[in-house]
Amino acid sequence: MSDVIKSLRSIAKDVHNSIVKKKAPLLEMPIRSLQNVTYNPKDGYFELKGKTMKRALAASTIKTFAQTLLMMNESKKIIENDDIATKREMYYVSKNWGDAMFKEQPESDTVMDDIEAMISVNREQLGFIPEEKGGAVAGRLVVVDKDETGKTIKVDCTKFGSGAYSVPTSVEELKFETNAKFILAIETAGMFQRLVKHGYWKKANCILISMGGVPTRACRRFIRRLSDQKKLPVYVFTDGDPYGFLNIYRTLKVGSGNAAHINQFFCVPNAKFIGVTPQDILDYKLPTHPLKEVDIKRIKDGIKNDPFVHENKDWEKALRLMLKQGKRAEQQAFAKYNLNYVIDKYLPEKLKNQKTWLT
Amino acid sequence: MYSRKPMTKMAKESQTKLSEKKEESKKPIAYELAEKHREISVAEFFEKNRHLLGFDNKKKALLTTVKEAVDNSLDACEDANIAPELSVELIDMKNDRFRIIIEDNGPGIIKKNMPNIFAKLLYGSKFHTLKQSRGQQGIGISAAALYGQLTTGKPIKIVSKISPDDPAHAYDLHINTQKNKPEIFKEDSKEWKKDHGTRIELDLEASYQQGGQSVDNYLKQTAIVNPHATIIYTNPKAEQLIFARATDQLPKHTKEIKPHPYGIEIGMLIKMMKWSEAKTLQSFFMNEFSRVSSAVSKEICSKAGVLPSTKPKSANRDQAERLIAAIRDTKIIAPPTDCVSPIGEELLLKGLKKEINAEFYCSVTRSPSVYRGNPFQVEAAIAYGGELPGDKHVRIMRFANRVPLLYQQGACAITESISSTLWRNYGLSQSQNSIPVGPAIIVVHVASVWAPFTSEAKEAIAHYPEIIKEIKLALQEAGRKLAQYTKKKKRYSDELKKRSYIEKYMPYVGQALQQILDLKKSDEDQIENNLKEILEKKRGKLQKVEMENADYDEEFARIGNEKEESGKTEEEAEENE
Repeated sequence: MSDVIKSLRSIAKDVHNSIVKKKAPLLEMPIRSLQNVTYNPKDGYFELKGKTMKRALAASTIKTFAQTLLMMNESKKIIENDDIATKREMYYVSKNWGDAMFKEQPESDTVMDDIEAMISVNREQLGFIPEEKGGAVAGRLVVVDKDETGKTIKVDCTKFGSGAYSVPTSVEELKFETNAKFILAIETAGMFQRLVKHGYWKKANCILISMGGVPTRACRRFIRRLSDQKKLPVYVFTDGDPYGFLNIYRTLKVGSGNAAHINQFFCVPNAKFIGVTPQDILDYKLPTHPLKEVDIKRIKDGIKNDPFVHENKDWEKALRLMLKQGKRAEQQAFAKYNLNYVIDKYLPEKLKNQKTWLT
Repeated sequence: MYSRKPMTKMAKESQTKLSEKKEESKKPIAYELAEKHREISVAEFFEKNRHLLGFDNKKKALLTTVKEAVDNSLDACEDANIAPELSVELIDMKNDRFRIIIEDNGPGIIKKNMPNIFAKLLYGSKFHTLKQSRGQQGIGISAAALYGQLTTGKPIKIVSKISPDDPAHAYDLHINTQKNKPEIFKEDSKEWKKDHGTRIELDLEASYQQGGQSVDNYLKQTAIVNPHATIIYTNPKAEQLIFARATDQLPKHTKEIKPHPYGIEIGMLIKMMKWSEAKTLQSFFMNEFSRVSSAVSKEICSKAGVLPSTKPKSANRDQAERLIAAIRDTKIIAPPTDCVSPIGEELLLKGLKKEINAEFYCSVTRSPSVYRGNPFQVEAAIAYGGELPGDKHVRIMRFANRVPLLYQQGACAITESISSTLWRNYGLSQSQNSIPVGPAIIVVHVASVWAPFTSEAKEAIAHYPEIIKEIKLALQEAGRKLAQYTKKKKRYSDELKKRSYIEKYMPYVGQALQQILDLKKSDEDQIENNLKEILEKKRGKLQKVEMENADYDEEFARIGNEKEESGKTEEEAEENE
């Protein structure tokens, strides 16, 4: 019996025992929020502080309580049958639960996250996989995968032309072959396209990964495993705005509050932020937009509440600088000089000068 | 039945005053003008003002006629301490003609007075007294007779008997519309097996409809607020409905009171001084008004700068004006209030329960209060929930001196008071300054020695601030009782919801555990039973909150709630008039 099934059964056993003793049963799980994480500077990721939430069986909780147990049962069945279910499929499975069905998928996703946190595993281990695409890869990398018959196949990421290799939802079994010098993780698909089209990876001997906003778990895990196995540094290139700093980069590097129970596996602690920094906006005289109200709020919130910012005074300084300027700039803003300025000037300069990075 | 007394001297003299004035005008131009001056016949007056008297359309004419006759009958019975027993019969004579026959067991009318009461407008006993009664002006029943005469040409037929030893007298009467005097068509003496009572028979042009503003509903509501009366009603479809009395206890006898100085206006004061028998102003105030002691009387005179020994007859207009100002400036204790007779909280509830199948009932009778020197008393009742529709405006039932008010709801002080009370706190929804929405019926009764109506048709109560304030206080008091109930009910339904919620999801807990742990079916049952126990222990026993209503009478409740045949609402009907 797998460890996950053992955990599931042991939780169910506790619930059953309480009921047999005529005591209201409890489900206990860590609180999933920024308030309940600390930054572990040694290993470089967000760690759970250990605050837990107890969901006692009562009138107001009985529906979620029943749904949690039902989903645990579905997970057990999936693992036993060596099957998988997407989050969306799981939501449809619940339609067979009568009154206990989920009305909307977010309800079912939340319960899934609860179970994941309760037994401290990744949802893929429960047999649940996300719908989202993991990210796009191009450059000097060969991914060693298996086809549906279990036969090993090699995917060469230099052979996609102007296209890209797509990171699968589960990356645990992948192996890599590469002689690239570094990984460049890029926020927008547009910038990724430009770098691919002009063969930047050839010039710089690197692997390009498009995150498409906040990286998915699969994408984070892919970068982590690739970086760990091949001892490659990871550089991150996002827009110069609080979303790029605090949502995209911070999540990739140290994890998120919501997934704190699994950050350990899904963070990329050796990631470095090469730009666009608030200082870059000044140095490169980039065209800017004024900060929106949500941007200002996010910066202030980050300075006040984000344990990662608390630990990194450079980041705090950068955020305060941005707040003072009241301006943000996009990756594409370098096109002001000419379309390939980012390839010819910006990236080479930045990669050379570590002092301009934020980590 | 009719206890109307002949007019007082004062009123008669003032009636002849107009013609005297005409003779005085002797200037040449005035002569010419005088050609145009002629007495206005009551028929003409009536034609022009029928809406003021409640005869604006055929449907309303039927109701007004029944109402005037029933009001008079009930007043007469109560004055004579007789438990009223009325019979009302409507006969459809086709072609928009109806015959109304109303009979009571009242004290009867002496022969001499019969013609004037039924065939002379503005003849009556009630105008000159301050006493809580249904009739006020001495205009209603003779106006009905006149309406019948104008629309059918037929006389009103009266039979009345005052004691078992006397014969019954019968009259067929017309009104001389030029002179406002009765014309006797036929006069007779006959046997009548009743000990005493009066019977009226009257033909008129009318139309009959069921619904909220029907005779049916009027009689039903009358029965609700007059639980001491029995009314036997035969409608034009020849169906008989019996509203049996719910109590043998007659309402408290209402006392007649003198006017209070605070309610007097200058014209009235001048008239009263002119016709007073008093020798001095001081005794005039003491004799003709309530709550005026000799000291108060002197104070009024001295403040007005008029000698207390002045002869009232010789007082001039200027002095009268100063006297009015002095009265306003003098502290006079409020009039006695034991002269008004409320229905009472208990009987009001009883009537309401018979009519409405709700979950909750409450009623409030306020202490008497005073507006402009007139004592009055407000009662309110609320029925809530049950079969009442929850998504419509609440139904309002208005009563003045035990008479249902079926028209002019929008113009009534009762409606204004309801709209300006904040009902949201009491569990009804309401948009600002409008009638609340919810499953409720609100009843308001205003009793007064002089109920102030907005018109002679007595359809709406005038907007005196003192009255509105009292109505609102009564509504708030009833509202607070309602709020206690609605809150309790909400807690109850919340609890019920929670419990059904628990029961809905409990089986899934057992089902999931059974599958994860590969338990036996018996284990699953045990889980469910134990869970039930665990949750029940937490929540305690559930108690029902609704009141039982044994008084509800389904037949009774249907009356007046039929869809009106024309489908018209009150507003539409009134617009068309």
